[in-house]
Amino acid sequence: MDDLLAARLQMAMSLAFHIIFAVVGIAMPLLMVIAEWRWLRSRREIYLELARQWSKGTAIFFAVGAVSGTVLSFELGLLWPQFMEWAGPIIGMPFSLEGFAFFTEAIFLGIYLYGWNRVSSRTHLASGALVAVSGAASGIFVVIANAWMNVPTGFRLVDGRPVDIDPIAAMQSPAALPQALHMILAAYAATGFAVAGIHAFLLLRDPLNLFHRKALVLALTVGGAAAVLQPFSGDLLTKLVARTQPVKLAAFEGQFKSERGAPLRVGGWPDEGARMTPYAIEIPSGLSFLAFSDSTATVKGLNDYPRDQWPPVAVVHIAFQLMVAAGVAMMAVALWGAWLGWRRKSLISSRMFLRVLVAASPLGFIATEAGWIVTEVGRQPWIIYGVMRTAEAVTPMKGMAAPLIAFTLLYLFLAVIVMRLLIHQLASSPRIVSLEAA
Amino acid sequence: MPSLEVLLAGAILVSLTIYALTGGADFGGGVWELFAWGPRAQQQKGLIIKAIGPIWEANHVWLILVIVLLFTCFPPAFSTIATVLHIPLNLMLFGIVLRGSAFAFRSHYQGKDIAQPLWGPIFAVASVITPFMLGVILGAIASGNLHGKENSFAVVFVYSWLAPFPVAVGIFALVLFAYLAAVYLTLETDSPRLREDFRNRALGAAVGVGLMALAVFLLSGSGAPSIERDLTTSWWTLPLLLATAVMAAGAIFTLSTGRFHLARLCAMGQATLILWGWALAQFPYLVEPTLTIYNAAAPLVTLRVVLFALVAGAVVLLPSYYFLFRVFKDSSVIGTKPPQQD
Repeated sequence: MDDLLAARLQMAMSLAFHIIFAVVGIAMPLLMVIAEWRWLRSRREIYLELARQWSKGTAIFFAVGAVSGTVLSFELGLLWPQFMEWAGPIIGMPFSLEGFAFFTEAIFLGIYLYGWNRVSSRTHLASGALVAVSGAASGIFVVIANAWMNVPTGFRLVDGRPVDIDPIAAMQSPAALPQALHMILAAYAATGFAVAGIHAFLLLRDPLNLFHRKALVLALTVGGAAAVLQPFSGDLLTKLVARTQPVKLAAFEGQFKSERGAPLRVGGWPDEGARMTPYAIEIPSGLSFLAFSDSTATVKGLNDYPRDQWPPVAVVHIAFQLMVAAGVAMMAVALWGAWLGWRRKSLISSRMFLRVLVAASPLGFIATEAGWIVTEVGRQPWIIYGVMRTAEAVTPMKGMAAPLIAFTLLYLFLAVIVMRLLIHQLASSPRIVSLEAA
Repeated sequence: MPSLEVLLAGAILVSLTIYALTGGADFGGGVWELFAWGPRAQQQKGLIIKAIGPIWEANHVWLILVIVLLFTCFPPAFSTIATVLHIPLNLMLFGIVLRGSAFAFRSHYQGKDIAQPLWGPIFAVASVITPFMLGVILGAIASGNLHGKENSFAVVFVYSWLAPFPVAVGIFALVLFAYLAAVYLTLETDSPRLREDFRNRALGAAVGVGLMALAVFLLSGSGAPSIERDLTTSWWTLPLLLATAVMAAGAIFTLSTGRFHLARLCAMGQATLILWGWALAQFPYLVEPTLTIYNAAAPLVTLRVVLFALVAGAVVLLPSYYFLFRVFKDSSVIGTKPPQQD
C-alpha cells in the first residue's frame, strides 16, 4: 500500500475512533451532573442512582478517550512531521490550552468518580461541573486547531515559510467559532440521542421502570435541544465554507460548473470523470440561497479549479448528504418529542415514539463521523488549506501499512470490549417501579 | 533572567520530572502487579489498584504536556524524534493505550465480564513495556545516533534505538519507576505486613537502580559519548554525583530503619537528580548532535505566549492537582501526619 494513503487512513481511523469517545466524554458529564443536581434538589434516590450509573459509563469512555487522544497527539508527529515542524509554533497554543483543559478534566473526574464518600456533596457536584466545562473546553481548543488548518490565519507566507507569526491571531481563524459551535452541539446531540435511545429500548421491554423514564427524559432534553440548534450552526459553517473554501463547497454539493442560482442537490452520485452529479433531486437556486443568502448568487464549480486541487468529490458529497439527512431526522424527532411533552405531558406514553427513538439512537454518531469526513476529506489535497499539501507533510518512514493494521486491530478490540461492558452494565440496570422509592 | 528558550526547556524538564515521579510510579505499580507473589499477592494487587485508581489519569497528562510543549516550542526537535523513533514511539503508545484501557475496564466493571481475568495481566505487561520504551526513546535521543535520511532504513529507523545504550536506559527507567512505586506503596497501607512486602521490594529495586545506573554509565562511553564527556568533566560532575549518592544511600538507610516518609523524599530526590543530571549533560542539545534549544526554538512570540499560558495554567492547576492528592491520600500518606506505629 502507498505509504501516504496508509498514513491518511491511520489518521482517519484514529480520529474516527477517538471522536466517539471524545464526544461521549464531553456530553456525558453534563448529563450526570444534571442528574446529581436534581438528586441534591429533590433528594429522590432515583437521580442519585442515575448519576452513579452514568458516571460509570463516563469513566470507561473517558479512559479510552484519554489514551486514544494521547495516540493522536503523538500521531501528529509520527504521521505528519513536516506539518508539525511548520505549524507547531503557529497552532501549538490551542493544543497547549487543550492540555490544561484536559488536565483539569482528569483531576476533577478522579475526584468525581472516586470521591463520592470523600468530599462534601457540593464539592462533588462542583467537581462534576468542572469536568463538564473543561471537557467542552478541550473539544473547543482542538477544533480551533483544526479550524486553522481549514482557514489558516496569524502568519504571512514568504518563500514558503511562515513569518510574522501571531499565535493569538491564529486562534481567531474565521472558521474557529462556527466549527467549535457545530462540534460541541454535535457532541450533546449525539450523546443525548444515543443515551435516550438506549433507555427507550429498555423501557419498551420494561415499561414501568421509572429509572429508564427519568433517564430518557433527561437525555432527550439535552440531546433534543442540541439537535434543534444544530442546523443553525451548520448554516453558519456552510456560509463560511462558501466564502473561504469554495472548492470544498463545490464538493459538498457535487457542483462541477459555475452557475448563477445553483440548485441544492438532494442525493446524487458525483462522477468526477464525467464532471456531473446524476441521480440528484435538484431544488432550484437552493444552494445559492443557502450559501450566500441570495438565490441569484454565483456558486463556483469544481471546473474552475485545477484537477489536482479537488478533494475526492464523491466521498465528500455523500458524507455531506448523510450528515445533513441524519441531522434533519434528529431535529424532527426532537420536535416530535417536544410536541409530545407539551401536548400530552409525557414523552414516554407513545410506544411508537420510543421505537423511533431507538432507531434514531445511532444517528448522532453517524452524523458526527460523516461531518468529520466532510471537513477533513473536503480539505484534501491540503493539510493546511492552500498552503501545504498533505503529501508534503507525510513522514519519510516506510511500511506505514504496519502501524495502520496494528492500531486498527487494537481499536477494534477496544471497541468490542467497550460494547460488551456497556451491554453488561445496561443488563444490570436498577429496577425502580414504585413512586415512593423514586 | 534566563532566556525564554531556557525557561521553556526547563518547563519541559520539570513536566517530565513530575511525570516520572507520578505517572512513572503508576507504571511501577503495574510492574509490581506483574511480580506480585507470596501469601499476600492478592492484597498487594488490591493496594496497587487503590493507590493509583483516582490519580493515574491526571498523572498521565504530564506526558501530554511534555509533547505539546515540545512541538509548540521546539518543533524541529519534535519532528526529528517523531520521524526517526517512529517504531519505539508506536510501541510505547500501544503500552499506554493497553495500560489505561485495561485499568479502567477492570476498576469500573469488577467481576462482571468473562474477559475480566485478562485485564490484570494486560495492565501489568503494558506497565512494563511502556516505561521501557520511554527509556529507550530518551536513550536514543541522548545517543547522538538520530541520523539524517541519507542512511539505509535499518540504520535510521532501527539501529538508532535498538542498541545497547538505549536498551540499557530503557531497563534503567523501568527499574527506577518500579523503585519509586515500591517506596511510595510502603506509605499507602496500614498493614505492617504489606508495608514489609513493599519495603523489601523497594530495597531490591534500589540495588537494581544502582546497577543499572552503573551499566548505563559504562555504556555511555560508546553509546552516548558527548553525554559521557559532560557527565564526567563538568564543574557540576562531583556535586551531582555526591548528591545522588547521598540520596540513594539515604533512601536505603531510611527504608531499612522504617522511616518511610524520609525514604520517599530521598527516592524522589534521587530520581530527580538522575533526570536532571542527564538534562545537564545534554544541555543545550535537544537532539544530539544537531538540534539545540536555540536553533530549534519557535519564534520568540510563540515562546512568550506559551510561557504566559503556562504560568496562568499553573496557578489554576497546581492547587487542583494538590487537592486531588489531598482528597485521596490520607494525611499519613501525604506526610502532614506521622503514620501509625507498626
